[in-house]
Amino acid sequence: MPELPRDSVGLVTPQTAHFDDPLLLVCGKTLPSYDLVYETYGTLNAERSNAVLVCHALSGHHHAAGYHSETDRKPGWWDTHIGPGKSIDTNRFFVVSLNNLGGCHGSTGPSSTNPETGRLWGPDFPLVTVSDWVNSQVRLADHLGIERFAAIVGGSLGGMQVLQWTLSYPERLASAVVIAATPKLSAQNIAFNEVARQAIRSDRDFHDGWYGEHDTLPRHGLRLARMVGHITYLSEDAMGTKFGRELRFDDLNFGFDVDFEVESYLRYQGDAFSTSFDANTYLLMTKALDYFDPAAAYQGDLAKAVAPAQCPFLVVSFSTDWRFPPSRSKELVNALIRSGKSVSYANIDSPHGHDAFLMPEPRYQDVFSSFMTRIAEQLGLKPAQTQETAHAF
Amino acid sequence: MRSDLNVIHEWVPQGSRVLDLGCGDGTLLHALAQDKSVTGYGLEIDPDGITSCIAKGVNVIEQNLDDGLANFDDNSCDLVIMTQALQALRRPDLMLDEMLRVARECIITFPNFAYWRHRVHLGLRGYMPVSKTLPHAWYDTPNIHLSTFNDFEALCRDKGLAIIDRAVGIKDHEGRLMSRLWPNLFGEIAIFRVSRRNTDSGQ
Repeated sequence: MPELPRDSVGLVTPQTAHFDDPLLLVCGKTLPSYDLVYETYGTLNAERSNAVLVCHALSGHHHAAGYHSETDRKPGWWDTHIGPGKSIDTNRFFVVSLNNLGGCHGSTGPSSTNPETGRLWGPDFPLVTVSDWVNSQVRLADHLGIERFAAIVGGSLGGMQVLQWTLSYPERLASAVVIAATPKLSAQNIAFNEVARQAIRSDRDFHDGWYGEHDTLPRHGLRLARMVGHITYLSEDAMGTKFGRELRFDDLNFGFDVDFEVESYLRYQGDAFSTSFDANTYLLMTKALDYFDPAAAYQGDLAKAVAPAQCPFLVVSFSTDWRFPPSRSKELVNALIRSGKSVSYANIDSPHGHDAFLMPEPRYQDVFSSFMTRIAEQLGLKPAQTQETAHAF
Repeated sequence: MRSDLNVIHEWVPQGSRVLDLGCGDGTLLHALAQDKSVTGYGLEIDPDGITSCIAKGVNVIEQNLDDGLANFDDNSCDLVIMTQALQALRRPDLMLDEMLRVARECIITFPNFAYWRHRVHLGLRGYMPVSKTLPHAWYDTPNIHLSTFNDFEALCRDKGLAIIDRAVGIKDHEGRLMSRLWPNLFGEIAIFRVSRRNTDSGQ
């Protein structure tokens, strides 16, 4: 049996919380009941004061760290930053990571059964927003007996959920970490999302979202959507360094098959995604991104919108991120300053574009872990004893 | 703390809202928060400085001072502090305007180029001065706008600013009296507390 890395949270098992309290959504519809799938890492202390909520991005899910089995090739999507001795140190913190409503990894979403019709929800699943997610996450916190999180953290769309938490439930978190995010999408961001949606919706196998009942999958559309998305996650430099103009084979083929390595890479990414992700979920998540704009209710004045926030913020951006560039993080930072909030901001030099928030980078880790350590000290959280953290594998 | 930081620490009123330009590792803001319940932000571009600030719980914003202070509203702070950064700015005079837009009052420290040791370096030996406060060689120094006590006072006069206080940062073994009497000659670090004239708007 291969041994898992020592700085891993080890083997983890997802859990499911069922909620029967109807959830009123921003769109006006109500979800009568729903499931949220989540994982936890570390130990909740007796005071229940060391919990950290991790919010996921567009294609993320509850499996943020550790392994589901010894044979897993890859750990959870944020394993770089969650674990013993890592930025979110599980020796100190109890980490909660969930799959959002509308997701396709176990939480109630388009690929679940609609209890009222007995059919799959499919395209009938209501368009959930970032606020709806936060409202459902609050119920998960209640379910786990967590009155106040030590920190709520997230990158990209996850960062938007963090921001929404500070506005909707300011008294329920002691700190906020917003990474590679934006207070609202730009026209260009929305445009890319629309291309992705059109790719999916124009797939012959999409059947207006009822592909589940036709025993098909809009693989082709989802693949294109992912390819377009993936281009925006990488920087021009990162792509250039990784692929350049490298050819897949020895010579140009003077046809429309793969010539260049970058084409092969995008096709591979698209193919893998098209069979592992649900198209209706993708549509819904991109809409949640597009709709997010807490300043809209304040005539675009973000400083007014963030007035309810109480906790200290850490805002992090990455130099080559052109999806949500540093200027968008700065927009949030400036609003927080104008509103007199406690905030620190670091722009990390990284070649990896938007994806940098998922990767190891010494300065990013220093900044992130320094902030988390400071919060732990402020809350008087003691590192767990070594014996308690020893892994059982 | 550095000698200029000690002086500033004494000058800052209890509970002020402070902006510290080039706040380094956050030592000053941290001490002011602890001892005088001061709140505010530090601006810094050095990665290690920023991390140290975060570790201390000092609010730090990664921001280049040469980009200005447009993200800070008029009169949004009680005091703007800038220690040992004036001489490295592209336009120190414009920064002074910006500082006094954001707050009524500012405290500025910079290496005094007319300090006697610097004069010896340049006047007698014929070399650009290198010292503890000016540690760089002429070709790689970030200090592109060096000035003296007299220069800075002249700038304040030209701008119609009020100099509320003036102090010198000196090494311990050098006479305090000498540097008080002849700061331009015996003061190694110039420390100024400047404000808008009372007739200015924004009171």
